[in-house]
Amino acid sequence: MSQTFLLDGVAVPFQAGQSVLQAALAADRYIPHLCYHPEFRPHGSCKLCTATVQGRLVASCTTPAAADLVVHSDTEELRALRRTLVQMLFAEGNHFCPSCEKSGSCQLQALGSDLGVTTAGFRHYFPDRPVDASHPDAWIDFNRCVLCELCVRASAAVDGKDVFAFSGRGLSKRLIVNSPSGKLADSLFAVSDKAMHVCPVGAILPKRVGFAVPIGERRYDQHPISEQALADAPRAAGEPDV
Amino acid sequence: MPLNTKTDARLQSALRQWGAHDHRLLQVLRAVQTPAGYLSAEVLAAVADSLSVPLAQVRGVASFYSFLSTEPVGDFRVQFSDSITDRMDGSAALLDKLCRLLWAEPGHVAGDGLVSVATTSCTGLCDQGPAMLVNGRAIGRLNHARIERISELILARIPVDRWPAELFEIVDIVRRRDLLLKCELEPGAALTVARRLSPAELIGVIARAGLRGRGGAGFPSASKWAACAAAPGPERYIVCNADEGEPGTFKDRLLLSQHADLIVEGMTLAGYAVGASHGLLYLRAEYLFLRDGLEQTLARRRQAGLLGATAAIPFDVELHVGAGSYVCGEETALLESLEGRRGIPRNRPPYPVTHGYRDRPTVVDNVETFCAAALVLLAGAEAFRKRGTAQSQGTKLLSVAGDSPARGIYEFPFGVTVRQVLQAAGAEDAIAVQVGGPSGTCISVDEFDRQISFEDLPTGGAFTIFGPTRDIFEVARSYAHFFAHESCGFCTPCRVGTSLLARVVDKIHAGYGTRHELAELEQLIAVLGKGSHCGLGHSAGNPIRDTLLRFMPAYERRLASADFAPAFNLDAALAPARRMTGRDDPAAHLGEGS
Repeated sequence: MSQTFLLDGVAVPFQAGQSVLQAALAADRYIPHLCYHPEFRPHGSCKLCTATVQGRLVASCTTPAAADLVVHSDTEELRALRRTLVQMLFAEGNHFCPSCEKSGSCQLQALGSDLGVTTAGFRHYFPDRPVDASHPDAWIDFNRCVLCELCVRASAAVDGKDVFAFSGRGLSKRLIVNSPSGKLADSLFAVSDKAMHVCPVGAILPKRVGFAVPIGERRYDQHPISEQALADAPRAAGEPDV
Repeated sequence: MPLNTKTDARLQSALRQWGAHDHRLLQVLRAVQTPAGYLSAEVLAAVADSLSVPLAQVRGVASFYSFLSTEPVGDFRVQFSDSITDRMDGSAALLDKLCRLLWAEPGHVAGDGLVSVATTSCTGLCDQGPAMLVNGRAIGRLNHARIERISELILARIPVDRWPAELFEIVDIVRRRDLLLKCELEPGAALTVARRLSPAELIGVIARAGLRGRGGAGFPSASKWAACAAAPGPERYIVCNADEGEPGTFKDRLLLSQHADLIVEGMTLAGYAVGASHGLLYLRAEYLFLRDGLEQTLARRRQAGLLGATAAIPFDVELHVGAGSYVCGEETALLESLEGRRGIPRNRPPYPVTHGYRDRPTVVDNVETFCAAALVLLAGAEAFRKRGTAQSQGTKLLSVAGDSPARGIYEFPFGVTVRQVLQAAGAEDAIAVQVGGPSGTCISVDEFDRQISFEDLPTGGAFTIFGPTRDIFEVARSYAHFFAHESCGFCTPCRVGTSLLARVVDKIHAGYGTRHELAELEQLIAVLGKGSHCGLGHSAGNPIRDTLLRFMPAYERRLASADFAPAFNLDAALAPARRMTGRDDPAAHLGEGS
């Protein structure tokens, strides 16, 4: 009999080394998240997975699961927090869903839809972030980057290339490319890279396949992200931890 | 493009001093950038190459710290300290004046590369403001005469090294001494006491004294040291946090300049207690003028056999200088910075006592805590705990600044009331006191009987006084901008929330605020407090939260009466069209009645 903790009043089993979020997803319990990806070590920057653990608000993706923890996630307070965080991300970048080829497969859009975010809420910043279309097979629209760091982590840990990093700080924080010119074409990046495929939004995209899947038949057109994330969660023992 | 000979020599010398290791990246960048220079693309590439670090990572670090520049700056780089107390002392007018005299514009390089004038976060000279840094060197007590003198020196292109020494004079004004500042340490005296004890007994003495961390959080030092001593690891580290960045505080400046032996002695004791032979002291870049004195203290102690691998307690200290980042005062961000990276706070657990500097068990304490630890050994645990309150033993150094005729450093036993401090500082007419800086608490007159203590008003040491003529809304607005400027950008709530907060108070300041903005402030403060990754974000809403609660009229009198007003003013937007057509008649204006 494995140990459990309580998530919104229901017992959730966990394995040693799992975080609260990982254990919840494996047990078919959804906690909204954006910068977490089952194949990568959680780092807890988007804060969408914030939950109350033993009365304290923490990122559930980085909080180790432990026996008899009392965790609350599905509360109005936390839903409101998550809605505001999604609104902040929408206001921070330039997200024009109707013209974005990731529409329907975008996690930010899907989260907004699932959480009931109907307006940006805050004044948009409209930052000036030029697109990098230098690479023959991929392009980066920095306007849509939500700074989840997944491409940074994937390129370093899986691809072994360190193609991406961050510059600046605060609201001036930006994704940058590791090449003398700063352009993707001059980097070691290839479309077969893991970093190509982990972007939760439409920031890193392959060229020439944008509308191969028609709108209406895309990932989150089929099922809301709260269902899709559970379908994607690893169930077997031995969580991958890159 | 290869480096020029001079730059290459700087790089080679930095590599010799620090070693070509990736975790030395920040110190190497610091050493390569000349006081008036910047890190060109070629320099960044050469550093990346020498340390075998990806170029993007080098760019990431260089762009994180305010004092590193990847764009050309003037031969004279002037940075006005932009703490609220500097503003109260008239820094804005002095900045304007200097810009006028030099034909410069804030934030831009002027005079064909001669000078750049900008602002920077509090430089820790609030007792002698307004203050500035010129090529990294601190100048306090600015006034019109000094500004004129400085502009003449710049226009005459006199190198800063040859400026009159009296310009750079920093005075430490101590107004009240107690246990700590009365202590006259004979170097090595506390170590002699310690060596009669076992490491466990030493930790026991610290526990009996009830010593708690002086940074504000008040974690019991003995528990921290014991946890580090018990953590497995091939080596351990002692880190002294001298990154005193909280606006309004400057008491570590006094300790670092006048009581350096006490600090190092405290670090050595900690090293003995936990079994560490390496110490690191992280000095904030604004205190660069203290570096030589500290190095001399370290050298003197090594000569006297009190420090170094062959000392009776084998322990040495390495000095690191920061590069302008408030968040690096957070202990895990400080560790990241010591390891040469961007100062992003880590996830906890694990805690530094088990996984600290380079993943080794590490004790991180601040300057005053190490001093107090040495003091406990010298004065005895009983004498130490006799001062203070039941849960806050000993004394606390307060950096008194703002509207007081007697600014300076005051050492009081814990438990002193705000009113007592105000009386000592001749500031009984204060309307508000910011205790512990912007991340602390703003209190008003009816709370002046509250106590400085961990159980009531904890503080890292800032004590900023606002007199009857001050506009508390402007105080809060200044702090909101401070947090937005210093947010590391790691987590969504702080990265976006601090900036939104600053923008909303600016909108209120501009007269477009309504009840809607007040509600938005409340919403943002809640999200910052609930969702942020570290203490910076958690406390970033405090100044506005406290002032909304206590000084609501300061907000209300700025509000427009409507439920909502857009920040965009259509009539103002038409001003260029009016200028172009030469019209200013009523029909050329939009607004009420038109």
